[in-house]
Amino acid sequence: MKIGALRERAEHENRVALTPDSALQLKKLGHDSVVEAGAGARAGISDDAYRAAGVEVLGDAAAVIAAADVVVKVRGPEPDEAQTLKDGQTLISFLWPAQNPELLELFRQKNITAVAMDMVPRISRAQKMDALSSMANIAGYRAVIEAGNQFGRFFTGQVTAAGKVPPAKVLVVGAGVAGLAAIGTAVSLGAIVHAFDVRPEVAEQIESMGASFVFLEFEANQDGAATGGYAAPSSPEFREKQLAKFRELAPEMDIVITTALIPGRPAPKLWTEDMVAMMKPGSVIIDLAAERGGNCDLTVPDQRIVSPNGVVIVGYTDFPSRMAAQASILYSTNIRHMLADLTPAKDGVINHNMDDDVIRGATVTKGGEITYPPPPPKIQAIAAAKPKEKAKELTPEEKRAQEAAAFRKQTTTQVGLLVVGGALMLLAGLYAPAAFMSHFIVFVLSCFVGFSVIWNVSHSLHTPLMAVTNAISSIIILGALMQIGSGSWLVIILAALSVFMAGINIFGGFMVTRRMLAMFQKS
Amino acid sequence: MGFTTSAYVVAAVLFILSLGGLSGQESAKRAVWYGIAGMALAVIATFIGQSANGTLVNVLTVLMLVAGAVLGAIAAKRVQMTEMPQLVAAMHSLVGLAAVFIGYNAHIEAARVIGLDEASKAALSGFAAILAHKDAVELSILRVETFLGVFIGAVTFTGSVIAYGKLAGKVDGKAKKLPGGHLLNAAAAILSVVLLVVYLQTGSSIALIVMTLAALFIGYHLIMGIGGADMPVVVSMLNSYSGWAAAAIGFSLSNDLLIVVGALVGSSGAILSYIMCKAMNRSFISVILGGFGGTTGPAMEISGEQIAIDAEGVAAALNDADSVIIIPGYGMAVAQAQGAVSELTRKLRAKGKNVRFAIHPVAGRLPGHMNVLLAEAKVPYDIVLEMDEINEDFPETDVAIVIGSNDIVNPAAQEDPNSPIAGMPVLECWKAKQVFVSKRGQGTGYSGIENPLFFKENTRMFYGDAKASLEKLLRLID
Repeated sequence: MKIGALRERAEHENRVALTPDSALQLKKLGHDSVVEAGAGARAGISDDAYRAAGVEVLGDAAAVIAAADVVVKVRGPEPDEAQTLKDGQTLISFLWPAQNPELLELFRQKNITAVAMDMVPRISRAQKMDALSSMANIAGYRAVIEAGNQFGRFFTGQVTAAGKVPPAKVLVVGAGVAGLAAIGTAVSLGAIVHAFDVRPEVAEQIESMGASFVFLEFEANQDGAATGGYAAPSSPEFREKQLAKFRELAPEMDIVITTALIPGRPAPKLWTEDMVAMMKPGSVIIDLAAERGGNCDLTVPDQRIVSPNGVVIVGYTDFPSRMAAQASILYSTNIRHMLADLTPAKDGVINHNMDDDVIRGATVTKGGEITYPPPPPKIQAIAAAKPKEKAKELTPEEKRAQEAAAFRKQTTTQVGLLVVGGALMLLAGLYAPAAFMSHFIVFVLSCFVGFSVIWNVSHSLHTPLMAVTNAISSIIILGALMQIGSGSWLVIILAALSVFMAGINIFGGFMVTRRMLAMFQKS
Repeated sequence: MGFTTSAYVVAAVLFILSLGGLSGQESAKRAVWYGIAGMALAVIATFIGQSANGTLVNVLTVLMLVAGAVLGAIAAKRVQMTEMPQLVAAMHSLVGLAAVFIGYNAHIEAARVIGLDEASKAALSGFAAILAHKDAVELSILRVETFLGVFIGAVTFTGSVIAYGKLAGKVDGKAKKLPGGHLLNAAAAILSVVLLVVYLQTGSSIALIVMTLAALFIGYHLIMGIGGADMPVVVSMLNSYSGWAAAAIGFSLSNDLLIVVGALVGSSGAILSYIMCKAMNRSFISVILGGFGGTTGPAMEISGEQIAIDAEGVAAALNDADSVIIIPGYGMAVAQAQGAVSELTRKLRAKGKNVRFAIHPVAGRLPGHMNVLLAEAKVPYDIVLEMDEINEDFPETDVAIVIGSNDIVNPAAQEDPNSPIAGMPVLECWKAKQVFVSKRGQGTGYSGIENPLFFKENTRMFYGDAKASLEKLLRLID
């Protein structure tokens, strides 16, 4: 099969979908390559370099389309460009199918097989062709470089003979691939980096890159991860909390890089006008979400503007294109991997296997049918966080009901015990003599008094309490005193010994208690 | 008689006031005097009441009392505050033994009185006279009461002796059982019940003696089977028993004051045991049955390592800290480190730091053991707080120092449902910014459970004898 790379028509697009290196690799898969003259010029690749790699350089786009079975591009074709594609041809490029339904319709009519690089599912196996990630990586790096370009100071703190330089403070909002790349770049330049994300599970990744995670105290669900490792829209309360945190941070930050995107929606507005107003003059905001409307209120796509208070806001949408050489290498490698998956036998024959999750996901039209959107991926990119068990917040009514129930239960228990106890008493009273019962009453009442008195003893006095109760339990001496006078010598000896032992207890117990209590003192 | 009874009423009221007064540190000082007055009144009134006693007997009584007083006073003076648990246990054993003796006396007297004719009965005085007035039903009840008194007294006696041995380190603190385990106890208990029936029918001395032996065995074997960590419960349980023994003897002697005080002491000990059990999240039964119950699954894996720190590191952290919480345990008592702890507290407080103590209800080997030790070392009691009062303050605390406690700060109680101590309320010291654990070595606590606290990231192990470590630390706190 012949793979043909077209020159990008868009004005600010410097990248190219095929490099001499990737052409050599494609050769191994059994594919020949053709390229439109001047396609790599803006990425620093001459036509001669292509020729040296065995790529046929054709004069214009029409010739390439005529010659190639598979057309590779960076950006999706313009409508007129799409019209020129051949019936049955395969196109591989960014397509953004959700935003371009007319394009899909056109492909369907022309029976074109379209593979959208932006639809590659985010699963481990597909990482090698995940062009969004490779481009985001570049965007993140470039965002920091761009910020450094606009920012009038060092990133790193220095103490020099000419004075002390404070380190730049960088806030990265959204810790996706671009965010993490930005964090890594800013940290390696010596800045103090803070990062925020709605998905708490990325805190670890953020910290691993050397930034500190801006933790949001939010009771309910901070888990903003949707399936596929992308962020999901957050609740209004959460958003408020988030904005409040940003307002707190805004005055301190020198550089803010926003990368927050939610799939299939306009970029969330996270950096409001008042936050910009709070920032110091000379601070820089790089809005990587500018293409989708921007995270910052003031962002103008594709432009660098300066706010009234001197904050530079960069809304460029072509960061990867600004590093065309690097971006082309990575993108062409992604394309090459995609083609490798499409030619599993490495025999130069494309086998478009729609049972393959990755290929199925990326294919948006095939055989005269629109196959977008794909079925949901079978494997989740990131294991969903386990739902936390949460104690149910009780309403006042429920609490009252609970208390009432507890009270009722207590009452039933108490009444039950009283009834049982009373019945036992009556039973004992029927058989036991009156003399015993009179003592028994004393006993039961004393137990009650004991129970109610001891509950009030403070914890710290439990040891003295034990010493005191030990001392007064030697009241048993009374028994010995009553017996000692009457009876045999054995009784007298036993009673005398009892008096002796109880005597030890009485004096020892009380004295030791006094000793202990005397030690307790207030500060 | 009237005088004795009225004195008893006053004494009973004094005893109740004495126990009630222990609700606060200041009123407690007064409460002891109530107890002393009550006891003096009761003894003197009883003594005077026995007017028929001969001079010889009176002299003997006073002699014995004075001898006991001297011995008791010496013991009370000499005892170290760290040895308080042993002392209390030893004293319980005396009450138990006295109860046994008095029970036997009641048995001997009853046997003698029954054999007498009417004329001799009329001539009797004192305790024998009370016995002489009893009819057949009352005599059976007397036998039950005496039997119970002897039984409880005997259990208390050997139980307390073993508890004393364990607390004093003279008997191995580990839970030990003879082959047969609790079946032996149950057998002895059943034997005692059978003997009760025999004794009730015949009044045979042999039944009483055999039962006494069985009860002594129960007391020994029961307490041998309980581990050292459960000693607070054991001591308060024995305290309770000594009270019930006194109450049972009171019944057999028809002495209301004995009944009142016995019931007071008995219920006090029971409540203390209950409080202790609750603090360990265990049922009373499981403590009595000894050892920690079987676990339901494998214990949680502990990852990480114990990181040691030297005195300089601890001192630096303490110098920087604003708030410090100290968690003492039995190890502090063993090392006699309370004085050093107090000195450390004084120094840190002098620097304007907020130093407080967190006391777990079962810290130490006696209820309230730590409070007494800290009080001895002159730590003001208003900075010594209970678990419930202070547990929520750990997250705002800079440094938590764990001195010789282990199980009561074990996070496994909350984190690992399979842990033997799962569900036991613990001091959440690991929530403090930094935790220092002063500990002799890398061993486990009394319950033999690995403590994940020592492996936490914010925990540093300060190895060494608590007293020596703290004294080293003291020199570094400027």
